[in-house]
Amino acid sequence: MELTYTDSQQAFRKEVRSWLAQHVPAQPLQTFDTEEGFLQHRAWEATLHAGRWGMVTWPEVLGGRGCDLIEWLIFEEEYYRAGAPLRVNQNGIFLLGPTLMEYGTEEQKARILPKMATGEEVWAQGWSEPNAGSDMAAIRATARLEGDTYVINGQKIWSTRAVWADWCFGMFRTDPASERHRGLTFILVPLRSPGITVRPIPQLDGLPGFAEIFFDDVEVAVDNRLGDEGAGWGVAMATAGFERGLMLRSPARFQETARRLVELYRANHEAADRNPAVKDAVLRAYLDAESYCLTTYQTACRLNKGGKIGAESSTNKIFWSELDQDMHATAMSILGARAELLPHAPDAGDVGTWLDGWLFSLSGPIYAGTNEVQRNIIAERMLGMPR
Amino acid sequence: MDFTFTEDQLLFQDSVRDFLVNEVTPQRIRALWDTDSGRDDALWQQLAALGLTGLTVSEEFGGLGMNELDFVLLAQEAGYVALPEPLVQTAMVAVPLLSSIGGDLAAEWLPKVAAGEARVVVGLAQNRLVEDAHVAGLILLQRGGDLIAVTPDQVSLRHNDSVDPSRRLFMVDASKATAVAEGDRAALLVGAALNRGALACAAQALGLAQRMIDMSVQYTSERQQFGKPVGSFQAVKHHMANVAVRLEYAKAPTHRAAYAIANRQAIASQAVSHAKLVACEAANLAAKNSHQVHGAMGYTWEVDLHLFMKKAWALANSWGDAGFHKSRIGERIFADGADLGAGATFS
Ligand SMILES: Cc1cc2nc3c(=O)[nH]c(=O)nc-3n(C[C@H](O)[C@H](O)[C@H](O)COP(=O)(O)OP(=O)(O)OC[C@H]3O[C@@H](n4cnc5c(N)ncnc54)[C@H](O)[C@@H]3O)c2cc1C
Repeated sequence: MELTYTDSQQAFRKEVRSWLAQHVPAQPLQTFDTEEGFLQHRAWEATLHAGRWGMVTWPEVLGGRGCDLIEWLIFEEEYYRAGAPLRVNQNGIFLLGPTLMEYGTEEQKARILPKMATGEEVWAQGWSEPNAGSDMAAIRATARLEGDTYVINGQKIWSTRAVWADWCFGMFRTDPASERHRGLTFILVPLRSPGITVRPIPQLDGLPGFAEIFFDDVEVAVDNRLGDEGAGWGVAMATAGFERGLMLRSPARFQETARRLVELYRANHEAADRNPAVKDAVLRAYLDAESYCLTTYQTACRLNKGGKIGAESSTNKIFWSELDQDMHATAMSILGARAELLPHAPDAGDVGTWLDGWLFSLSGPIYAGTNEVQRNIIAERMLGMPR
Repeated sequence: MDFTFTEDQLLFQDSVRDFLVNEVTPQRIRALWDTDSGRDDALWQQLAALGLTGLTVSEEFGGLGMNELDFVLLAQEAGYVALPEPLVQTAMVAVPLLSSIGGDLAAEWLPKVAAGEARVVVGLAQNRLVEDAHVAGLILLQRGGDLIAVTPDQVSLRHNDSVDPSRRLFMVDASKATAVAEGDRAALLVGAALNRGALACAAQALGLAQRMIDMSVQYTSERQQFGKPVGSFQAVKHHMANVAVRLEYAKAPTHRAAYAIANRQAIASQAVSHAKLVACEAANLAAKNSHQVHGAMGYTWEVDLHLFMKKAWALANSWGDAGFHKSRIGERIFADGADLGAGATFS
C-alpha cells in the first residue's frame, strides 16, 4: 500500500490544472436543458477534445491519453475543482463508448467513436418505455429485420437530453415471439431519421431535460446493431454496469458539493446552529464524500492490478445518490426561508445553485436502476439471500 | 498510488481467519463466561505460537516487526469471531506504546508479550475502566498528564460487569507508581495510543458487522413463514442491503487510517476518527437490523447474535466515543483555510 501520488501522477495533475485554468469558461454555461445551453456544451466538448482532454482513458488514436483509472480520478478531481461544465455527452462517452469498445465491430468503432469524442454526435439512452421501467425486460418496442434494414416501431420514454441529441442507443424486441430477456437487440438509432417524433417532457425545473421518442416504421441500417441479434440484454447489462460503476459519478463531484456545503454552513452558521442537527449533517456529508473517494480509489487500484468489479459495486449507486440527496437537503435547511427562491430572484442572496442541485438530487435514487432495485440486487447477488 | 494489500498480507488474513473461525467458536466463548478470569490461557498460547501476540514486536525482542497496516486485516478477523482475548489491543496499542517508551521497560516486557508469557494492557483517560487489567502482567495508565506503568502488586482492581459477558472491565487504583513519561512526551504517547485503540475498534467493528450480516443471511434463508424463507421478503432484504452499503464504505477509511498511522502521517488523527465513526456506525446498524430480522430469536440469550451485537455496542463508545471523534473532525473541517474538496484526500 502506498497512498501517495507518484511524480508522474503529480505532473499529470498539474498539466490538467493549468489547461483547465486557461480554458474553463469564466461565465458558467447555460444549462444543457435549453437549446442554447446545449450548443454551448457541445462546443465545450470540442474544446476539451482539441486539448485531448475529452476522455483521458481512451486510447490515443481516439484523441484520448490511454490513462489508467487513477489518472482518470485525478482528472475528475481537477475538473470539478475548476468548476468546469457538466458533460453533455456523458451517455456517449461514459456508457456507450466503453460498451462499443468491448462489443463493437472495427467499422462501428471507427465510424462512431471519433464523432462521439468531439461532441459532434451527442447520445441519448433509450431503455425505458411506458410499461418497462424497473422491469426493463418488459420492453415492447420492436425492430423487424427486412434485408439490410431494421424497421422500428414503438415508444421510449424518459430519454435524457434526447430533445437535442443526435443519436440514441437502446433495446428493441427483434423476436416477436420472445419474452422477457430473450429476443432483445441493442440498436443505435439516428434521431433525425424519418418516422421519429421526439416529444420533450419538462422536468421538475420546468425544462425539457428528457423526452419521449415515438418510432413509426423507422428504418435503421443493420450495421447499427451492437452485438448479435437477440443478445441485447447482455450488452445492455455491460452498459448499465459501467453506469453503476466508476465512470458516471466520480467522487470529485460529491467532494466538491461537500466542500461547498461546509462553506455555506460556515457563512450561515449562526442561523444554522439554531437547529443542532445541521452541523452534524454537514460533518456527515463531508465524511461520506471522503468515504466514497477512499473506496473508489481502493476499487480503482484493485482494477488497475487486474482485479474485477464484483457484486459489491451495486452498493455504489445507493451510496452516492443518497449522499447527494442528503447534502442538498442539508443545504436547503441552512438556507432556510430563502431556499425556495430561484437564483435570479432579487432577494435570493447566496442561494447559488443549491435549489437546482436539490431538484436534480431527487432523481438520483430513481435513474440508473432505482435504489430499491439496487437493494434487491445487493441482497440477492452480493449477500446471497433467497429470491 | 496503490491502495491494495500485498498477497502476503491477504494470505496471512486468510490463515488467521481459518484459525479463529475454527478455534474461537461461540461455544468456546460462552464457556469462558462462567470462568473466573473469562480468559483462555491455552488460546493465548496458540495465538502466540502463530506469531500474533508478537506481530508488532520488533525482531530484536522476538517479534515479527510488522506494523498497524499488517495487523488491520487480522483485527477485522478478530472482530469477526468476537475474540475475547486482548490480542488486538496488545498488538495495536500496548506493543507500540511500550516500544515508544523504550528502555528497560520495553526490553523486559516486549519479549514476554511476543512469547505469550504476559499480556500488557493500556488504560487512557478516554476509558475510565481498563479492559483485561486482571490478566495483565503490566498495565500502562494515563494519570493526569503522566503515563505510568504498574504491575498487579501495585494496584487494586474493582471489577465492573458489562452487558457483554466477554468484556472484563476494571477500575484501576494505582497506589504507588513512577511515571514512564511526563508532560509533552506523555501527551504525545497518549495521543498515539488513543489513535491506535480507536483504529483497533474500527477494524474489529468491520469484522463484527460482517459476522452479523452472515448470521442474518443464514438465519433468514432457513426460517420459513408464509411458506417461504423470510429472507425472500423485500423488507428483510433491504434491512441487510442497508448494512452492506454502510459496511462497504467503512472499509477503505479504516485501511487508510491504518496506513496513516503506520506511516506517521499528519492526517492520522483525522483518518482514525473518520474510520472509527463510520466502522462503528456500520456495526451498530448491523446489530440493529440483524436483531430485527431474527425476530424473537434474536432477543434470546441462546442465539449467538448478541455475542457480536454487544461487542459492537461497547466498541462504539470505547477509545473515544462518537462525540469525541466528531469534534476532532469538526475542528479540522470547520477551521479557516481547511483543505477540503476534490483532490484534498491524499494531499
Ligand atoms: C432524471 C431521469 C433521467 C432518466 N433518464 C433516462 C434515460 O436517459 N433513458 C432511459 O431509458 N430511462 C431514463 N430514466 C428512466 C429511469 O431509468 C426509470 O425511471 C427507472 O428505471 C424506474 O422506472 P419507472 O420510473 O418506471 O419506475 P417504476 O419501475 O414504476 O417504479 C416505481 C417505484 O416502484 C419501485 N419498484 C419497482 N419495481 C420494484 C421491485 N422489483 N422491487 C422493489 N421496488 C420496486 C421503484 O423502486 C419505485 O420506487 C430517467 C429517469 C429520471 C428520473
